[in-house]
Order: sequence, then C-alpha cells, then structure tokens
Amino acid sequence: MSELPAGVERRTVAGEERLTTEGEPVYGEPTVDGRRVWDAGRSKLGAMLELEMDTRLEGGESVLYLGAASGTTVSHVADFSGPTYAVEFAPRPVRQLVEVAAGRPRLFPLLADARKPKEYAGVVEADLDCIVQDVATRGQADVANRNAQFLTEGGLLLAAVKARSEDVVAEPDEVFEEVTTTLEQEYDVLETVRLDPYHEDHLGVVARRR
Amino acid sequence: MTDAGTDSGWFESVPPDDLEAARKAIENGSGESPKDWPTRAVEAGFAEDKEEYYDRLHEATIYAAREAAREAERADDKQLVHALRAMDDTERTANELSERLEEWAGALLDIEIDATGLDFAAVVADEDPENATEERAVSLAQRVVDLRAERDDLRTFIERRAPEVAPNLAEMAGPVLAARLISLAGGLEPLAKKPSGTVQVLGAEDALFAHLRGHAPSPKHGVIFTHEFVRGTRLEDRGSASRALAGKLSIAARIDHYSGDMRPDLHEELRDRMDTIRARANEADEAEVIDE
Repeated sequence: MSELPAGVERRTVAGEERLTTEGEPVYGEPTVDGRRVWDAGRSKLGAMLELEMDTRLEGGESVLYLGAASGTTVSHVADFSGPTYAVEFAPRPVRQLVEVAAGRPRLFPLLADARKPKEYAGVVEADLDCIVQDVATRGQADVANRNAQFLTEGGLLLAAVKARSEDVVAEPDEVFEEVTTTLEQEYDVLETVRLDPYHEDHLGVVARRR
Repeated sequence: MTDAGTDSGWFESVPPDDLEAARKAIENGSGESPKDWPTRAVEAGFAEDKEEYYDRLHEATIYAAREAAREAERADDKQLVHALRAMDDTERTANELSERLEEWAGALLDIEIDATGLDFAAVVADEDPENATEERAVSLAQRVVDLRAERDDLRTFIERRAPEVAPNLAEMAGPVLAARLISLAGGLEPLAKKPSGTVQVLGAEDALFAHLRGHAPSPKHGVIFTHEFVRGTRLEDRGSASRALAGKLSIAARIDHYSGDMRPDLHEELRDRMDTIRARANEADEAEVIDE
C-alpha cells in the first residue's frame, strides 16, 4: 500500500474504511472523531488516494489547485498542505469556495482562467511543490504544461483527466494516450490509473516536472 | 486587461489595508512569470514576515473573489447579447478593414511577406512610416490590430459570462453558441419559450422562409450547426443529431431561465443519445465490410 500524506488517515466509518482529514466540515460530509470523510466518489484526488496511487505527497506541500470548483477537494488538500492557491474560472462555485477558504487561513481563492496563467502569475508564487489539476476543459494537458512554470524542479503534478472534455465520442484510451504524450513536453509521467469505479472515463496522472 | 508592468507582484503599490486596491491589483494584474512573491513582499516592506504576507494575501484574495463572484451573479442576458453582437461587429469590421489595408499598404509599403488579412495588418502595424501616406496606412493597421484584440477580449468576457447567465445551455452548447442562441431569440426568456423545432433552425431564417414559400427543403439546422455534435456527424444522420441537440438545448434553456441549477443528468442523456446516433455510422461501415 502506498503511503498516505501526513494528515490523511483511514478510519472506519459505518463499517467501511474511509479516507479522512482533520478540519471544519464544508459540504455535509460525515465526521468521525473530529475528522471528516473524504469521499472518493466526489473527489478525483480522493479517488487517486483510495486507489492507492503513489502521489508522493508527504503533507505540508505548497499547492496550486486548478479547477477548484466549489472547494470540496481543495478543502481537504488545504487541511493537510501548506499555502494552497485555488484557481476556479466559474463565478458561481467561487461563492462557495470563498466560504470554504474563509475558515482556512492558508487557502487563497482566485477567480481566474487556468488556461491563462499570466492572469495570476503576479499572485501565485514560484517554486511550488505540487499542482493538483481537475479542469473539465479541452486541452487539459496544455493547461498542465502552461502551469508547470509555478512548480519547483521535480515538483509534482497530480491530475485527473476527463476523456469527454477532450473529445466526447473518441475512445477514452486514445484520448488518454494523447494527453500523456503532450504532458511529456514538461513532465515525466510516473503513474497513470483509470479512476473507475469512482469516476468513469477519468485518468489519474502522477507526474514530475522535468 | 491592463498590464501592471512585467514581473510585478500584486502587492506592489497597494497600501496594506486597502482591500479595494488589492482587489484591482489581483484582478487586473498580469505578470510574465511567477516569482517568490512572499520574500519580495517582505523585502518591499509590504509585510513584516512571510506569515503576515500570507495573512494579507488571504484577506485580499477572499475579498477579491467574493466581490467578483457577487458581480457576476448580477449578470443578465441583455449584457451577454450586447457583448456577442459587439464581438461579431468587431470581427467583421476588423476583417473588412484588413482587406482595405491589403489593397492599400501592400503596394505602398512594398511588403513581401506571405501573410493576408489580420496577419498582414499586424506586420504593417509594426512598420516605421516614412511619409504622410504611410503614416495613415500604418495607423489604420494599428486600429485593425486593436479591434482584433478587442474582439478577443469580448470573447473572453462571453466565455466567462455565459455560464453565469445560462449554466446548462453554456455547458451543452459552449459559451459562444449559447450566447448566440440567446441573441437570436432576443433573450433567455424568449429562448426558453420557444419550441425545440424553432431552436433547431434559429439562424436559418432565410432557408426556413424559402421552405415555407414552398420552393426549398426544410432546413435541418441553424447556428447549432457549429456544434461538434452536428458538424461531426455524417451527413445522413445530421437531421437526427440536430433534432436531438435542439431538444436538449431547449430543455437546458428552460432550466436556466426558470431554475438556474446545474443538471448533470441532462448532459449525460444527450451524450448517450449522440453515441446511439453516431453508432449508426459504424453499423453501416460494418455492414459494408460484410457485403464485400
């Protein structure tokens, strides 16, 4: 079993082993001993950990989170990480993301377009340890490549790639191969795993900046 | 978007307690590349130490994101329609002017490059004019380049606003086509009230009236032709594809107008339907192989 980052622990909840982190509940998730359950069905990074991918996270990393949406996953990430920058493009979920961030002093919400890193290069610091990416837009590999500039050398990319965002009718495997090839312009791809049954037609990717 | 200078952090020229100034700096800032902002902010005296910097950053980003989200919630379909029409106008005008420019500056400046239209205008805009005539041509080229940039900004604005005004429609059609449908219908409410058969042929009015006068076949699609589901489907099945798409688009418009919730199921249903329609092409291919 690959190791979980410090701060993420498995606990038995209602007879099942679940991932948990310590922190304020945000979306009505169940809690146990003051720890809240990280639902792999609602979070792609949660699914990557649940499927025992080796994320190489140790806990305490500085993070750029692309595609934060309403902050479900980012709340867990911020609870076991260092400074966390959360980028989301759509204003509606940002309203909720702001509430999640308000109670987490090292979580910084940004309403910006992950495809245009220049929009936030004056705010997000350089030499971060990790990028977590979950953007449902065409050109997901390009988004990761363009944002590689925020990573320190050897910094981690943890991405969930959605096949249907690239091409609704192509075979997911073909899409994933193309995405992986494009990622290799900036990263060494270390591990890829399909996120079924938690998320259909999604590929979990662990990569390291070259 | 204004450029606050290259490689400057958001905190530069922001007084530590001025949230409104911080918000403007965060929203409008653009830098060439990220830097070690916490260290720089401490060096610049914006904060005592990194911890204080992060506290200020937290306060500023929360304020900026909250205000920006609130502003977007007030988004209405009228502004979206204006932006879309302005985008089309700037594009058309930029193209017209660049044709004029090709005719004029091509001979005047003796430029021998393999570029046309807007690319050509960009080259002319960078020339040094040597007399009054050239000055006018170069100046015109600069306007063309500016118009083109304005068009791109309007498009970005639409991409950001359409999902606010009509989340399901924008998800299904893409933000620009969603705005176009709203524009053709005259607003989100009128679009929500139209039957799907009308949505299917919005933008194909000429063909529709030719058909109604009795001397043309009925149009299969209007602007929804630009959607991948229609354009990417083989000719024989495009009628089915555009009918299916228009049906779901009109449901999406109704949900957006009357409730505003995101409904993932609706998008899933459309994808399943499209898979079925596109499978026909594969079946036909296979049948052919067997025949041979």
